[in-house]
Amino acid sequence: MNDLVEVRPGVYRDSVTLMRVSRAITDLPGVTVAVVAMATELNTALARDLGFAVPPATPGDLLVAVRAASPAVLEGAAAELGRQLAARAQASGTGDVAPPRTTRSAARGFEATLALVSVPGEHAFAEALDAVEAGLSVMIFSDNVPVEQEILLKDLAAARGVLVMGPDCGTAVVGGAGLGFANVLRPGPVGVVAASGTGAQQVTSLLDLAGVGVSHVLGVGGRDLSAEVGGRSAVQALRALDEDPATELIVLVSKPPAPEVARAVRDLDLATPVVAALLGPGQDDLTTAAEKVLRALGRDVPEWPSWPAPPAPPAPPARQDAADEAAPRGPLRGLYAGGTLCAEAALVAGDGEFTDFGDDSYTRGRAHPMIDPALRLDALRGVASGVVLMDVVLGHGADPDPSSSLAPAVREAVARGVDVVVAVVGTDGDPQGLRAQAARLNEAGAAVFTSNAAAARHARLLAGG
Amino acid sequence: MTLSMLYGEPRVITVGAQVLGEALDLQAVPRCEVDWRPPLPGTAAALARVLADPRRESANATAVGRMLAARPMLTGVRPAHAVLGLRAGEFLHAGPPITWERASGPMRGALAGAMLFEGLAGTPEEAERRLASGAGIGLDSCHHHRTVGPMAGVVSPSMWMLEVTDAEHGGTAYCSLNEGLGKVLRYGAYGPEVIERLRWMGEVLGPVLAAALERCGPLDLRTLIAQALQMGDELHNRNRAATSLLVREIAPAIVEAAPDHAAEVLRFINGNDHFFLNAGMAAAKVSADAARDVPGSSLVVAMARNGTDFGIQVSGLGDRWFTGPAGVPDGLYLGGYGPDDANADIGDSTITETTGLGGFAMAAAPAIVRFVGGEVSDAVAATTTMYEITMAEHPAYQIPGLGFRGTPAGIDVALVARTGSLPVVNTGIAGRIAGTGQVGAGLVRPPAEAFTAALDALAGG
Repeated sequence: MNDLVEVRPGVYRDSVTLMRVSRAITDLPGVTVAVVAMATELNTALARDLGFAVPPATPGDLLVAVRAASPAVLEGAAAELGRQLAARAQASGTGDVAPPRTTRSAARGFEATLALVSVPGEHAFAEALDAVEAGLSVMIFSDNVPVEQEILLKDLAAARGVLVMGPDCGTAVVGGAGLGFANVLRPGPVGVVAASGTGAQQVTSLLDLAGVGVSHVLGVGGRDLSAEVGGRSAVQALRALDEDPATELIVLVSKPPAPEVARAVRDLDLATPVVAALLGPGQDDLTTAAEKVLRALGRDVPEWPSWPAPPAPPAPPARQDAADEAAPRGPLRGLYAGGTLCAEAALVAGDGEFTDFGDDSYTRGRAHPMIDPALRLDALRGVASGVVLMDVVLGHGADPDPSSSLAPAVREAVARGVDVVVAVVGTDGDPQGLRAQAARLNEAGAAVFTSNAAAARHARLLAGG
Repeated sequence: MTLSMLYGEPRVITVGAQVLGEALDLQAVPRCEVDWRPPLPGTAAALARVLADPRRESANATAVGRMLAARPMLTGVRPAHAVLGLRAGEFLHAGPPITWERASGPMRGALAGAMLFEGLAGTPEEAERRLASGAGIGLDSCHHHRTVGPMAGVVSPSMWMLEVTDAEHGGTAYCSLNEGLGKVLRYGAYGPEVIERLRWMGEVLGPVLAAALERCGPLDLRTLIAQALQMGDELHNRNRAATSLLVREIAPAIVEAAPDHAAEVLRFINGNDHFFLNAGMAAAKVSADAARDVPGSSLVVAMARNGTDFGIQVSGLGDRWFTGPAGVPDGLYLGGYGPDDANADIGDSTITETTGLGGFAMAAAPAIVRFVGGEVSDAVAATTTMYEITMAEHPAYQIPGLGFRGTPAGIDVALVARTGSLPVVNTGIAGRIAGTGQVGAGLVRPPAEAFTAALDALAGG
């Protein structure tokens, strides 16, 4: 075996960056496996399980473990690794001036309007607090932040006249800048307050497809409208958008809030009309909410783009009988990256087994499924029959080309006789290209929808519900 | 409410996943990326508690504000028995409290020398025997008596002390008179020439300086330090400009007060580039003491070494010491000495770094960067790194080469834990065998556990 095992003390890169570096090294011809990761217990155990002799290390050290077919390949891999890490280092620190080490220090030297925090959840509080103390609004993309820290941050922010978006805030658009997972949206009259990232992305993407843009999208974090947090940020965000002359109508996207929070929001007495998109049993789905917004603005409701599945290829002989029957296909499996999209699909489809791969329990120690498709692809490969319903969320921050890994897996699933239905949440302005992504998934055999609710209804129909 | 971020061009600080920062680059949104790394291992929970303390922000503003507002004035020179109440057999020493058993070579040597100087022993061996037995001997930390001492920092009753008063807050601090370089008591030497020099300092230097100061009135050390920084001193390992400025201020009064001794006194001061160090240390001590005892504050108010332990004290934690093993400095050595001859880090002179001087002001002193190992860019890097762990920039102490930016001042225990950056300390190096004296000078880093222990205490309180 040609192994390279190295511990580099004090070298830090974030997990997404390291995952990309690992992938680049693994993709080199002749490289069997590459682990480039912070030396956490989890990662060192992983490397040891792969048979690498890992020396003692701390989570603050960078672990490099590469196995290759020959010493020459290993040498090449080491050189490529050096290039990859150097490129990343250069991107972060240019010139002679040492880059700031904390948000507090950055705020002293750079005139900012807000901060975007995406460090691991247990460390997010310090950076967010720095921002608020420096008089900056902050978006906390990180999840796994304790609720008492959230409340403390939001109270302090209210006192300082700034907004805390998050924690676990996946998307925001402020002054035209897309933060986190953000679709490219045209400017327009709709202001959004969202306790749900992918919910807001669905509503705003549909509005964009209908030609209606946004003023700002202010995420508040999934827990904000809970009884515990009491809508602290939602109330602030609603008031702020009410004051914004560019905002003519406000959409509030959330799961149904706790009753006392709902009351507090209702009692705000805003001058700007508010359309509530409160996803829950007996409530409108997100597409219906988007349509309500269009009507409130006096705009036409278009037909939401969709691409029906091409005729199925001849099924394998063993399944011929079943395929010929018009009987229900069931069971229905939902494999989702977006939490709200997953909940919406479950509500619309009724029966089925739905998994939200963006949930905290799947993202501890790994990147969000909108960046790292591996877990979800594995799940899709494990489906032998029935109907699979999935989402693909486009925009900044998300996988730059999701169909490149998903389309082959869809093609294999369809060949196994599985019906695949995909909801693509995105706009024509998104860097991945909405229509190109949809077309490739469609060519692979999936039925593709821009409305998640429509996709779920179609899947229910296929499953015979 | 009006939310300012909704109006005007967005400018974003990003900290964390690089992919989210790159997404902003693609949108041409101006941004500043934080070079974030995880905090010191095992500190996450304590950090969260300390940062959540509602007193912290204003407590730190109060504490560091007091440190920076202090106006240290050199007001007098007096014997230690008079101002500190030291009696025969009582000695103060540098760093956190230490026993004879745990004391290093230079600390033992300096204590033995002080015994000889005070006439409590006839030979070094007798002095060591008596110190080891402990009978009639009292040892305590200088810091417990508003005092600081360089290197071993040994103060005995007959030594004369510089007295520095804080004109802003009214505090007082003391430091002994500097003996010069080479074989000197503070580096653990106790030969006849060492004792002879101490006698002359007690009989001539101290009284002459006292009389001169009475004539010319208090000296404004804040202004003098500010000027010296602009003349290439960092006030710990380089005090040449400050010493010159001091001589210029006080020379006429020395001549008038003691015409018979003026020449020898001025020659002595002039022959020792570090004469000002002790005045600067007392100035730093009185400034740091002004910041003590603010509940909830994570400001470091003392860093000190006794040759065995490196200890810190924190404003919100009273007089408790948080210690770790003192490291061996990395530096240049005199003559035939080398790293094997070096004692572990020693002295109260880290009070200069505590208030934003010394290693923290390294960028002001390009002349000595080679002496402490490196290029001018290393000196600039040392200072700029310290801005990451300090609460403020000193309003009076400025660095011309950094565009007259104030020195990084006021170490925050929480920021040390968050960044993992430990304070940069410039220091002299003492020989580890008692009686050797100075063997070199260089740079040293404090032990991280002193800071993490203080953080834990802040979290628990």
